[in-house]
Amino acid sequence: MRKDILSLLEQNAKLTAEEISVILGIPSGDVENEINQMEKEQIICGYGAFINWKYVDDEHLTALIEVKVTPSRGKGFKRIAERIYRFDEVKAVYLMSGAYDLAVIIEGKSLNDVAGFVSDKLSPLDSVLSTATHFVLNKFKDHGIIFNEQGGEDERMIVSP
Amino acid sequence: MSSLIAKTIEDLPYSGIRRFFDIASEMKDVVSLGVGEPDFVTPWHIREEAVFSLEQRHTMYTANAGMPALRNEISRYMSEQYGLRYHPGTQILVTVGASEGIDVAFRAVLNPGDEVLVAEPCFVSYKPCILMAGGIPVSIPTNAGNGFRVTADDIKSRITGKTKAIILNYPNNPTGAVLEHGDLEKIAELLREHKIILISDEIYAELTYGNTPHKSIASLPGMYDKTIVLNGFSKAYAMTGWRLGYACGSEELIAAMTKIHQYVIMCAPTIAQYGGLEALRSGKKSVASMRKEYDVRRRFMLSELRKMGIDCFEARGAFYLFPSVERFGMTSEEFCTRLLQEQRLAVVPGTAFGECGAGYVRCSYAYSIDSIKEALSRLQKFINSL
Repeated sequence: MRKDILSLLEQNAKLTAEEISVILGIPSGDVENEINQMEKEQIICGYGAFINWKYVDDEHLTALIEVKVTPSRGKGFKRIAERIYRFDEVKAVYLMSGAYDLAVIIEGKSLNDVAGFVSDKLSPLDSVLSTATHFVLNKFKDHGIIFNEQGGEDERMIVSP
Repeated sequence: MSSLIAKTIEDLPYSGIRRFFDIASEMKDVVSLGVGEPDFVTPWHIREEAVFSLEQRHTMYTANAGMPALRNEISRYMSEQYGLRYHPGTQILVTVGASEGIDVAFRAVLNPGDEVLVAEPCFVSYKPCILMAGGIPVSIPTNAGNGFRVTADDIKSRITGKTKAIILNYPNNPTGAVLEHGDLEKIAELLREHKIILISDEIYAELTYGNTPHKSIASLPGMYDKTIVLNGFSKAYAMTGWRLGYACGSEELIAAMTKIHQYVIMCAPTIAQYGGLEALRSGKKSVASMRKEYDVRRRFMLSELRKMGIDCFEARGAFYLFPSVERFGMTSEEFCTRLLQEQRLAVVPGTAFGECGAGYVRCSYAYSIDSIKEALSRLQKFINSL
């Protein structure tokens, strides 16, 4: 049941417990309990909207920064990751396999904003060995949602056999 | 002065759906629950394979009965899915949609004046195809009390010396009804005693919900040789516009159907056949995920209709619900016309699928949950205004 609830909420967090109960054919009290429980267990970590910021303002920039770091004794990558993800402008931090260690996704208002973050906050950290910043030019698809997809209209005839 | 048009065709009525479509298509901002096709686009891996086939210059005719590779896959699928073994070389015909299968099957078996039993409510093409093949359709009405399942007794009472064939369509369009295993056994038991060909339109087979998967009546003892199974890609793989289906049956029946097909069709579109091949080879996951989504909508719509106090039996197949509108004191035609004019919501009057559809309307749930919500809120407004 949990997986079913989660996959529904992942697609549409606006669904109410009652709607989910109808969809899955289980009592709405049970759905509510499960959701509360999963929130407590941090399985559900939050709810938000997917926004295509491009349509809202021009001052929105996303960058992916490849960061090479020295892991710290006893704490591995966790300590440095924490130093980085505490910054509000940092939207995501992943530990990667391959050529670099941490992928840091940050959002800023402008190039200067991002550059300032990298030179003033990120690079000076003791364990950071190097950074490589890549700016996102356009987002085509994010979180499984295709932005501005053409042909989203229902092309079917209004009535058909 | 005699008409230029053949009498059979002139006498053929226009489909009730067509009439309704003409009204609806003139209006703006119409929300519809009226379509008989998936809202999903064909899965990308299938579309991509078709594009690739064009790049590979596969633009010529194929064998009349369809590409051997595709017939092999159909054979494998029928065996794995329904336990039915058909020889790819002689027992499978790839058609232009299951629609062609319906036409060709009737033409292959009917002599003038032969009667064909048709369980109603049913898909709009059956009766016209029977008439065009020179046959006489004989209706078998079904009702909500029995979940719109045709029974062996219903069939038995209509068999005459002229009965040549019977056409069944489960999961059913427009009711969403499915036949239980017990129903199938009783029907098979009856048909075994008669020299009647069964045309089993199983186009919605993959869209069966609940714990009992679809069972083909052809897999029951004694039914294999006398059954033509019609199926296709439109509903399961969301490939309506590709026009691709297939017929499976005995060598004799398929040979006769192929004879007609080779003269009037030549072969199903090559590009569609490449798409179909990919669909059967690796479309299982896509089908499962679409089925799951339909099931969600089915439960949602059923529960919402019942909350409004609308009487509706629980359909377990296809993507339709067939609620009763009898208590509103209007014919289904009136109900649908007023609903369209007053709330701009299109549903299809049950009578478009046979007389016994009177008092019912067909609501399709091949729509996103949001669209269904909007449609149902219009329905609620309409009911409140009565």
